[in-house]
Amino acid sequence: MKNNERKQGRGKKVFKEKEGNPGLQGETEKELDHKGAGIIEDQKRAEMICTWMDGTGPEADIVINSRMQLARNIKGIPFPCLATEEQREKVFSLLEKIFKEQQERFSAYSLINLSGLSPIKRQVLTEKQLISLLMVREPEYSALLLSPDEVMGILVNEEDHLLLQALLPGLQLEKAWEAVSCHDDYLEEVIDYAFCEELGYLTACPTKVGTGLRASALLHLPALVITGQINRILSAVGQVGLAVEGIYGEGSQMTGRLFQISNQVTLGQTEEEIWRNLYGVINKLINQERAAREQLLNAGREKLADRAGRAYGILKHARLLGFQEAMQLISDVRLGVEMGMVDNIPLKTLNELLVLIRSGCLQNLKEKTLSHYERDLERSVQIQKCLP
Amino acid sequence: MICQKCAKGNANVHLTKIVNGEKTEYFLCEVCARAQGDFELSFDEEFPLHQFFSDILEIIPPGGTEKLPREASEGLQCTSCGLTYAQFMQIGRLGCDSCYRIFSPGLHSLIRRLHGNQKHIGKVPARAGSSLKLKKEVERMRSEMQKKIYEEDFEGAAKLRDEIRQLEDQVFTGGEGLEE
Ligand SMILES: [Zn+2]
Ligand SMILES: [Zn+2]
Repeated sequence: MKNNERKQGRGKKVFKEKEGNPGLQGETEKELDHKGAGIIEDQKRAEMICTWMDGTGPEADIVINSRMQLARNIKGIPFPCLATEEQREKVFSLLEKIFKEQQERFSAYSLINLSGLSPIKRQVLTEKQLISLLMVREPEYSALLLSPDEVMGILVNEEDHLLLQALLPGLQLEKAWEAVSCHDDYLEEVIDYAFCEELGYLTACPTKVGTGLRASALLHLPALVITGQINRILSAVGQVGLAVEGIYGEGSQMTGRLFQISNQVTLGQTEEEIWRNLYGVINKLINQERAAREQLLNAGREKLADRAGRAYGILKHARLLGFQEAMQLISDVRLGVEMGMVDNIPLKTLNELLVLIRSGCLQNLKEKTLSHYERDLERSVQIQKCLP
Repeated sequence: MICQKCAKGNANVHLTKIVNGEKTEYFLCEVCARAQGDFELSFDEEFPLHQFFSDILEIIPPGGTEKLPREASEGLQCTSCGLTYAQFMQIGRLGCDSCYRIFSPGLHSLIRRLHGNQKHIGKVPARAGSSLKLKKEVERMRSEMQKKIYEEDFEGAAKLRDEIRQLEDQVFTGGEGLEE
């Protein structure tokens, strides 16, 4: 909501500028319009950026972000998928009430009513990893209570009544855990959770019962992919109660060589055991990725620099870029940056691009639905604007 | 290869999900992949869970006396939210907190298969009573102690044993005894 106000404010300002200069006409007015559109676009671009894209935090050259999600339900109310409209509304109003009454705690937070947003705006929120696709499809009485830095979010009427989420740059599982746990402690003072001694926190999906905790991190593992070790390593990760999700494109090349790694077991371990176990595995992956980077470096430093340079050239000059291709090229440039071969591109810019070049964000920037061709066109425009 | 969804296009998009070493693969054409709510980077997209369940459900555990989770609660319906067990197996979601109690035979067996465990040892709502919290802590320390004994760290185990005694005393003086 706050974002909307801010944007409207900007819009008005531009409009006033025009009104205040009635003498302007012809080319000048057009130019002003153009400038106004530019300002609005800058503002919109800024809204798509949040803290996890900072490129800071431990191991930021491999770990893009860390996420912690804690699922909670309210005692006596059916879970969102079976709840009636009134029951969903009840959950929503309860959170709204807590938000309004506890101004001290939630002072700068914004409560975003998802059904009040356009589908494109909702898509932007999923692309920023702030809400799930489920909430894009079923936004009725769904809401997001979001901290001003967009690190902490409480999702209302997602798969469970409440999903407490923290999203931080780099490998910061412990800090993310502390953030969600402290919000959980607080909410628990005022809400009766669905809880039983034996099974712990009761969730809509039995895969989350117990702690209700899903910890995850997004990793960039280009050297393991290039050296062909990734499949072996990922299936090993799969053996220890963790899940890996990667998206493959043509020729088995992963999109952007990014992997989301998360815990699957939520019962029979303490929360700390869960994220420490994940942390341990991620550290092993980091070491293996570093070793593979070393291997590539020994095989020919210039080869790597060449790969990054070529990718940069295409990103900078291509006119039509598909999502898959762009992700691949960004990964190539990123590897160059992470290995210190490219020094003028901040990781922050590359992280922002991961989100900015997605279709929801592109359409939000242009404020209209774009055809596939138009997206590819706009994607290259945005990449050229953002890359130094 | 042909797209799994429309069975027309050429499946040149390949999605993989690995859960507990089980690899599930999806082959889609680019059109279907895009239609999939713009699958670009959609790490949040959960694939239908009944597929995931079904793998686990059909494996008869060693020993073989236990009923399959699919059968153990067959025909049950939650009196609170109206969800039937068959519906649950289809959508992979429970309807309310009572479902856990009502579907317990099959559901608990399923949960054990999913998590390799069926006892919560994590966080407890503070208001659920401090004695419950202490009890959980004692349980956790006991298993820790067992681990220490197994690792032949007897000194550490003895230290834990003393700490456990202290905690148990606290529970008793608090008026709420541990069962045992
Ligand atoms: Zn298809
Ligand atoms: Zn029920």
